[in-house]
Amino acid sequence: MTASTISAQGSSTKFLRKLWSWIRRIPPVYPMFLLIFITLGFLNPKGYQTMNGIMTYFRPASPLAVLAIGQMFVLAIGGFDLSIGAIVTFCVLASSKFLANDPANALPNILLLIGMGVLIGLINGLVVSFLKVPSFITTLGMMMVVRGAALYYVGGAPKGYLTDNFRMFGRNYIQDVPFFTRIPYSLIILIILTIIAYIIFHRTNYGRQILAVGDNMLAAGLSGVKKKLVRVMTFIICSVFAVLGGIMVAGYGGVNVTIGEGMEMQAIAACVIGGVLLGGGKGNVINVVFGAFTLQAIVNLLNQLGLPKPYTDAVQGLIIIGVVAYSALSTMKKR
Amino acid sequence: MTLVNSTSAADISLKNGTVMEVRNICKRFPGVVACNKISLDFLPGEVHAVVGENGAGKSTLMKIMSGAYTPDSGEMILQGEHVSFSHPQEAQLKGVSIIYQEFNLLPERTVAQNIFLGREPGKFGTLDVAELNKNAIAVLKEVEADQLISPTALCSSLSVAEQQIVEIAKAISFDSKVLIMDEPTASLTLTEVKILTDLIMKLKARGMSIIFISHRLIEVFDIAEKISVLKDGELVGTVITKDTTPQEIVQMMVGRELDHYFPPLGIPEDFGEVVLRIKDGGNNFLKDINFELRKGEVLCVAGLQGSGRTELAQALFGVVPFKTGTLEVSGKIRTIKSPPDAIRLKMGFVTEDRKAEGLLPMQPIRDNILLTVRTLEPLLDFIFKDGIRNSRKLVPTLANQVDLNADTFDREAQFLSGGNQQKVVLSKWLSSKANIFIFDEPTRGIDVEAKAGIHDMIRRLTKEGIAVLMISSELPEVLGMSDRILIMRDGRIAGELPAKSTEQEIMLIATGHSKDQDANNLAAVGKE
Amino acid sequence: MTTHPASDSWFKRTTQRVNIPPVFYFLIVVFIFSGVLDQLFADGQIFTNPLIMLNIIVRSVALGIVAVGQTMVLIGASIDLSVAYTISITAVMSSYLMQGRNENVPTAILGVFGIGIAIGLANGLIITKLRVNPFIATLGTSLIIKGIINATFSNYTGSVPQTFEFFGYGMIGPIPVSIIILLLVVTIGWFILARTKFGAHLYGVGGNSEVARLSGVRTDRVVIAAHIFCSLTAVLSGIFLVSLMRSGAPWVGPNGFYDLNSIAVAVIGGTALSGGKGSVWGTLAGVLIFGVLSTAFNQLGVNPYLKLVFQGLIIVLAVASYTIRSKKEAA
Repeated sequence: MTASTISAQGSSTKFLRKLWSWIRRIPPVYPMFLLIFITLGFLNPKGYQTMNGIMTYFRPASPLAVLAIGQMFVLAIGGFDLSIGAIVTFCVLASSKFLANDPANALPNILLLIGMGVLIGLINGLVVSFLKVPSFITTLGMMMVVRGAALYYVGGAPKGYLTDNFRMFGRNYIQDVPFFTRIPYSLIILIILTIIAYIIFHRTNYGRQILAVGDNMLAAGLSGVKKKLVRVMTFIICSVFAVLGGIMVAGYGGVNVTIGEGMEMQAIAACVIGGVLLGGGKGNVINVVFGAFTLQAIVNLLNQLGLPKPYTDAVQGLIIIGVVAYSALSTMKKR
Repeated sequence: MTLVNSTSAADISLKNGTVMEVRNICKRFPGVVACNKISLDFLPGEVHAVVGENGAGKSTLMKIMSGAYTPDSGEMILQGEHVSFSHPQEAQLKGVSIIYQEFNLLPERTVAQNIFLGREPGKFGTLDVAELNKNAIAVLKEVEADQLISPTALCSSLSVAEQQIVEIAKAISFDSKVLIMDEPTASLTLTEVKILTDLIMKLKARGMSIIFISHRLIEVFDIAEKISVLKDGELVGTVITKDTTPQEIVQMMVGRELDHYFPPLGIPEDFGEVVLRIKDGGNNFLKDINFELRKGEVLCVAGLQGSGRTELAQALFGVVPFKTGTLEVSGKIRTIKSPPDAIRLKMGFVTEDRKAEGLLPMQPIRDNILLTVRTLEPLLDFIFKDGIRNSRKLVPTLANQVDLNADTFDREAQFLSGGNQQKVVLSKWLSSKANIFIFDEPTRGIDVEAKAGIHDMIRRLTKEGIAVLMISSELPEVLGMSDRILIMRDGRIAGELPAKSTEQEIMLIATGHSKDQDANNLAAVGKE
Repeated sequence: MTTHPASDSWFKRTTQRVNIPPVFYFLIVVFIFSGVLDQLFADGQIFTNPLIMLNIIVRSVALGIVAVGQTMVLIGASIDLSVAYTISITAVMSSYLMQGRNENVPTAILGVFGIGIAIGLANGLIITKLRVNPFIATLGTSLIIKGIINATFSNYTGSVPQTFEFFGYGMIGPIPVSIIILLLVVTIGWFILARTKFGAHLYGVGGNSEVARLSGVRTDRVVIAAHIFCSLTAVLSGIFLVSLMRSGAPWVGPNGFYDLNSIAVAVIGGTALSGGKGSVWGTLAGVLIFGVLSTAFNQLGVNPYLKLVFQGLIIVLAVASYTIRSKKEAA
């Protein structure tokens, strides 16, 4: 923002000017979210104008946001992680077998899943960094490996049901909360993870170095950034967030072989709505969280309008193309 | 060609026998006037150099003449006819070709495919491969390269000079009357420059008008018959080469005399202890690297293209590390296997291509400047560690040191001017408190005025005890800046010369025409 | 004339001089390796039973046809991730339109080719006019197609008349029709790339679109045409598959991972992901490698889900064998 030149204009005009330029800099995701949410409120007052209803909305929105945050880390470094959908599938399917309907297995299950997430992220990061395979191909291959492993482990069909204590994270609410009536566990988990992610991405040297690598890999390396280390850590964060999101999805979604399919695209869409550039170098945790909220709201809106569920895929595709086209065309105009 | 209804300008042009004329060309970009009423004549069979500082308007003018830009006003006359080009291809078809510094060749395609891209022979959309190659051979014959270059060779397998010949062949294939070349000798070895010069003479003999932009006055005086000087978008004047001197040309470019060019050299008494010493350093490219660098001195590394100077810098900085030998930094033996190693040892590397290798375009100035500081600190540390002091005070202080003017440090680096961007890169290295700076061609592509600023800054650094290793291809700069000169050849240090040597002495060692014996003696003397 | 820097290994210099892409060596190695495994752990039929050999190639036809189209798009520095769902919608629509009746066949074929052109055109326009990154553009269109399929069909639909099965099962003499079609498509692909102006322009656009533009090539049109060609090959693959399965199901495309596999075999065959370089013969070799491996896995009785795991591993490792040698870092 340029400092105002000395002028004879009144201070009120100066204030208005400043206000206007501040308004212009608000990321588009927020007005979009408000608009869609308010529309939903009109169409379905019980669902979106009551606290009860709003909290219900947050239950599936939160895991999507968690996935989106993880994906943002990888997008910011200039890569893609297309394996997170398969990770969610794995979380749901493998747990159905591992839990063996015994609540005592829940904790070891969760720890194993997180460990697996670390391993997957590690491999993704190492392959991209040392074998120089583009992350697009690497994570697509990983997607096949993880999905194949999941299906192999359960023999092609889900094995049991998920124990209640495992489903708690995605399904249950803290009841009888003043003002909010009830808060889904998943929202609380999201808030905690958002704070952690925010600190890591915006307030540590590591976070700034992710952006450096995504912006100009060569310059980053010559300035002393340990690119390989940064990259591997980033993929690990993404996979672990995918696991956490997957555990939450397991809570409220049904158990079937197709769950999790397409979630990597939804996460990318959420990031794109949240202002992330697909070549890397730009990212903001809060914007991405609201990008996910916006996406969820759009899906809910379409359901509300009576659009059959399969069409939501189509609409998502249009949204992704639309938002990317918009940002591509407007960057071109700037030049 | 009768032109009954042409304007008088075109008539005059015909009478004068010029092949191309530009009259009162004006071109404006947001915030800057690139060309202001420039008028020039170009005769057939003549080699005409256009010189000037960066931003003087040379590139813009050439782009207008070759159809890449359209002028805001003014006219162009080609062979007695008014022309205006809306697309470079139009200009090519009419006979004006341009060869840019970064060649417009496709490395994975053959020579023939490159020459005739977009104009392939064949009927009904098919491609006649035999005809294509035949035509390519014919064109290569015209530049006398048909024995040297095969039409089916992949461009990626050709040397830089050979690629340039292919570009020239491409221009010939358009039956060009005017050939514009932008810095044609920038990446050529001495022998290749000779080949190019011979080729230019042959083209000249065929009646082609050759215009070239160059910063290298030596070559300009060697090859060109006329020199036009541009300054701030205007034509200062056109002179005949043999009637002028390089000093006069620089004077016209800059309005300043040549001997105020460089700051005074360092005094040997001011040099401190040895901060960098390498013994028998070597890797795949380098051999027997031995030298020392002292605090407060400027050591220049001269040599021809390909002699290993950038490889030396890259080895010292850990980009392509040494494999053998010992390296001592401030008296302690160290190994540098990657840039972070070097940076931790307080080294800084200002690379040749500042923009591509030094800047993060989408990040704010602040993050650019603090990048190296942050890589030195632990990864998971907060960026405001050590107090908010770091960011709030350090950045403005550094910016001041390099005269960086920015209204806010939150602006993305890509929106700064080229000069300011370079200052950002410099302050980045200052922020990490480097005391050994390696500069690779620090003033390449920079206009004369800013050059002086950089030279002054380098001397200021040495006054604070920083040791500077400077790679440069410009002999006047080497002589003007160095307290000692290392000359490289074929991956080795071929010799060392003291300050105030002559260009001839440097070139002799660089080209290997003096006995290495003498050079080694000189080097030995220099060390003690 | 300088050829190769002395710093390159002898192996690299020789193979480059003789100009055979590494993929052909891979093919031979994979073939021998599978044969040995087969001998040791299964009935050893790969080498002895000609039917198995034939089977290898027939398995490869569907992937091979669409891989030719993908090669073309990759050479143009673009990518097409919508081929899987294009195959699906072709399978479903053609089967639906035919309803098992011979007289419907021409309409059905025209119909699906029309759909293919529309998809290719959409992809091309979104990429060139809206300036959307090709990954995102084609992923977006694939989602749209997926939505349309799922909204209209949920299971096998319609059926294919008997005469149509000629495509998938017919023989001309000892050679299956499908192989002939595959070779035809590959040859057409080769001809377009090596013997037409369009092909030369496509390599130009993929290698350096700015240079191509300055040479007068209409870069947008070239990219759009490449995408249309790719979608048409996907349609052809879909037709082939539906003729094999006798009825179209919506999951045909994604289940076969035709998107990722077509990219993988092209890259294994020497096509650069960054554009400007590639050949359909290399892609064919890549397809055969996949075919041999698939058959070997079947002979060895490998669990289909494990097969998926191996596939993912092989794809990444195969691409890695090319990229590991490049000096360029990946993102």
